[in-house]
Amino acid sequence: MKKEILLGNDAIIKGALASGVNFVSGYPGCPSAEIGDDLAKILARRSLGEGGPNIYVEWSSNEKTALEASIGASFSGLKTLVNMKSFGINVCSDALLPLAYTGTKAPMVIVVADDPSCYSSAQSEQDSRGYAFLSHIPVLDPADPQECYEFTKLGFEISEKFNIPVILRLTTRVAHQRSIVNFETATSKDLLGKGEFVKNPNQFCTMPPRVLQMKKELLEKIKKIQAYAEKSKANKVFGKNNSKIGIITTGISFLHSMEAVSEMELSLPILKLGFFYPLPEKMIADFIKGKSKLLIAEEMDPYIEKEVIRIAKEVNPKIKIFGEDSLPQIGELNSELICMALAKITGKKYQKFSLKKIDLPKRTARLCEGCPYWYIFPTVKRIAPEGTIFGGDIGCNMMGVLPPHNMYDYMFCMGSSIGISHGVSKSTNQKVISMMGDGTFFHSGIEGLINAVYNKSNPLMIVLDNRITAMTGHQTNAGMGKTIMGEDTEELQIAEIAKACGVKHIKVLDPINIKELEDTIKDFLTKDEISLIVCKRICALLDRRQKAKSN
Amino acid sequence: MDKNFNLIVNGVGGQGVITLLSLIDQSAMIEGYDIRSSELHGLSQRGGSVETHIRFGKKVNSPLISNGTADLIFSLEMMEALRETSKAGKQTKFLINEFLSPFQGSLPSEEIKKQLDLLKNELYIIPASKICKEKLQNEVVSTLYLLGYAIAKNLMPIKKESILKAIEQIIPEKYRELNINAFNLGYGNK
Repeated sequence: MKKEILLGNDAIIKGALASGVNFVSGYPGCPSAEIGDDLAKILARRSLGEGGPNIYVEWSSNEKTALEASIGASFSGLKTLVNMKSFGINVCSDALLPLAYTGTKAPMVIVVADDPSCYSSAQSEQDSRGYAFLSHIPVLDPADPQECYEFTKLGFEISEKFNIPVILRLTTRVAHQRSIVNFETATSKDLLGKGEFVKNPNQFCTMPPRVLQMKKELLEKIKKIQAYAEKSKANKVFGKNNSKIGIITTGISFLHSMEAVSEMELSLPILKLGFFYPLPEKMIADFIKGKSKLLIAEEMDPYIEKEVIRIAKEVNPKIKIFGEDSLPQIGELNSELICMALAKITGKKYQKFSLKKIDLPKRTARLCEGCPYWYIFPTVKRIAPEGTIFGGDIGCNMMGVLPPHNMYDYMFCMGSSIGISHGVSKSTNQKVISMMGDGTFFHSGIEGLINAVYNKSNPLMIVLDNRITAMTGHQTNAGMGKTIMGEDTEELQIAEIAKACGVKHIKVLDPINIKELEDTIKDFLTKDEISLIVCKRICALLDRRQKAKSN
Repeated sequence: MDKNFNLIVNGVGGQGVITLLSLIDQSAMIEGYDIRSSELHGLSQRGGSVETHIRFGKKVNSPLISNGTADLIFSLEMMEALRETSKAGKQTKFLINEFLSPFQGSLPSEEIKKQLDLLKNELYIIPASKICKEKLQNEVVSTLYLLGYAIAKNLMPIKKESILKAIEQIIPEKYRELNINAFNLGYGNK
């Protein structure tokens, strides 16, 4: 056993290594990106001859290809870990649902990291637990780094036992929490090389009528996993269970609940659910029997609350259940909010700290010093005729929506700026300019480009190619000629891809040549077909770091 | 120590908040405390306000510090220090780097100082960035300078030896000496 302070994401790596993971794929996003980044660092030490595990890791081109890569690996007998942020599960959901049907061959854990309060997420405050109901895939919800480690191992155990992928769902305050973790060090002999794909179309091919049989098998599995969950130590009652009032909670809200109960000097039991899906319904029923009041301390959507209300109808219809009426559904929870809810429920006084009024301007995120985008945004804005519609995308170019740029007219999800620009272009006579980063182009921008060419619209697409996936902390992408491990690979050319997709007007330039950028924008805005400018210049931070390294 | 120690470290993305946090976490573990800390990465780090929480003591539950309960607010930037004053309780002390990272709407440093001086809280405003730039030709280690100052002034219940041990364990060898120098410089300037 080792004892170290670990970040939640790093504890997941330890759990995966202790479980003998062989194959890791993912797409970087905040707050999950350290899983791939830090694993690659551990593996790099191996290549320096410092020993360590022999496993495969990749940054995939997007979350769907990441999941698909791991499906292939699992079918070939390798233990796999997939990692992504919240929205990643939307991208890979098309492959996720059939995977629940076929099940896994070798075990698979899928890490999905939500971001309550949207600290690093633009597009929505998504509660990814909902995918449990859609896909019938078990979901575990850890509260801290120790549980990140233990639940990763538990996820692999459940996956191995029931041949089903398991989702390990994090939130920012779990993924980016540091605390002391006790863990087993991985032994490299467990983690070995190549698997073998043993043909079994009966398991791996979804097609009616077999697919409906698969659904039956899946639902039966979930019943069995539910029985397993009833006995699992991941679900546990804390405190003496002799009060008429209780709390049911999960994930980070458990820690806030413990804090609140101790701060208010209350003596009441807390049922902590490590399993979000399937829920240990008997355990919940036992917990709520004989109670008069119950607080469901649950961040974001009231999924558990709805389930508990359903269970209570049978076992304790008179119980008063507090949850979405006492806690916000927007933004993360904290112990203060839970104290206030408990004050309402127990009648005990709680004096909320009143923030002193201080009116200061917000310091929002901004482009770094020397960022090549500083050349692009003002130029595009100046040259585009009045009334031009600007679409923005995810990544550092998101800053275009903030002051001082105040530029974007719409901004959605990865790769969407060109897709939506096509629709605007088809629907109006207005000029449309669609901005996107290089990482996002490879992630899912190409599809929108194909659609715009195929269906004959004429937005101007500008790819802000800063030679790396920058926002999430400098991860490699398909345009760099390097893999996550720094190995050489094909360097995909955005202009060549666009040309192959049928784009006729393409210009690759360095955006510090402002005159050239201006002239090209003017020229391309007169075209009847879609056009593309690739503004190619390295991220300023990366450039500085590379120079510091080579000195 | 009966109660948990609640420390807010804040500043602007890119100032080295996370390294500082890791060092304090590690030192607290060396002293035998339970610890939990919470940090932010990604978008919020790109030049925006960054607020991290560190709690240590016998047993820590939530990684977040409730408003009004911070023992020390350790600010790497003056405007960000001023922002934190809304959450300060009576017991909250402030350790502030006299450094300004200006943005649209930020106040001049004299005005910030004037507003900070109105606080009844214990307050230390130290020109750590300036000193480190002059004496060590490196501004980023001002975090270590301030840490040294905090330990010397007993603003944090952690021993000097524990910090030095944590530096040994966490900071890459290449930068270790520089970090130790900055720490000692701050420690000596009490």
